[in-house]
Amino acid sequence: MDTQEKIKAQLQENDIVLYMKGNTMFPQCGFSGRAVEILKACNAKFDTVDVLSNPDIRDGIKQYSNWPTIPQLYIKGEFIGGSDIMLEMYQNGELQEKIKAL
Amino acid sequence: MVTPEDIKGWIEQGIAECRVEISGDGQHFYAVIVSPEFAERNRVQQHQLVYKALGDRMKAEIHALSMQTMTPEEYAAREGQSN
Repeated sequence: MDTQEKIKAQLQENDIVLYMKGNTMFPQCGFSGRAVEILKACNAKFDTVDVLSNPDIRDGIKQYSNWPTIPQLYIKGEFIGGSDIMLEMYQNGELQEKIKAL
Repeated sequence: MVTPEDIKGWIEQGIAECRVEISGDGQHFYAVIVSPEFAERNRVQQHQLVYKALGDRMKAEIHALSMQTMTPEEYAAREGQSN
């Protein structure tokens, strides 16, 4: 299974997937840490993929979404955005709506 | 080392009728980017326009760029609220 297929499989397994540096217990970067806090504040049930321990995914996910940075949030397989967009959507309630609608 | 002025220049050259307000401490950069080009695009597409304007110039530092993209109307409305 090549990287793009691996990513597709990960996105099908869970409604909410956060590609991040580190994990929810030990985020390895401020932006990834903020993304985790935002999802927790939304009481979201989400899965994470640590791109630091998966270098192939780290590059593959950037191609998949045509987005150069980590973290990346996906809901129902759709790329939602990075840390800035997540914060903006959380502040105006849009993210909570999307999660509640699942 | 990339300076805020470098980033401002690259973005303004890469997007039509674009104005950038930027600050940064050399580690992290915060940019407000205003252009009518953002009108028909969703947020992800707006940010992708900015990343395209930056190209590979700041591959390493791009991670530290936080940005807010808006049309001139959105910017005016926001400015209207704050002053």
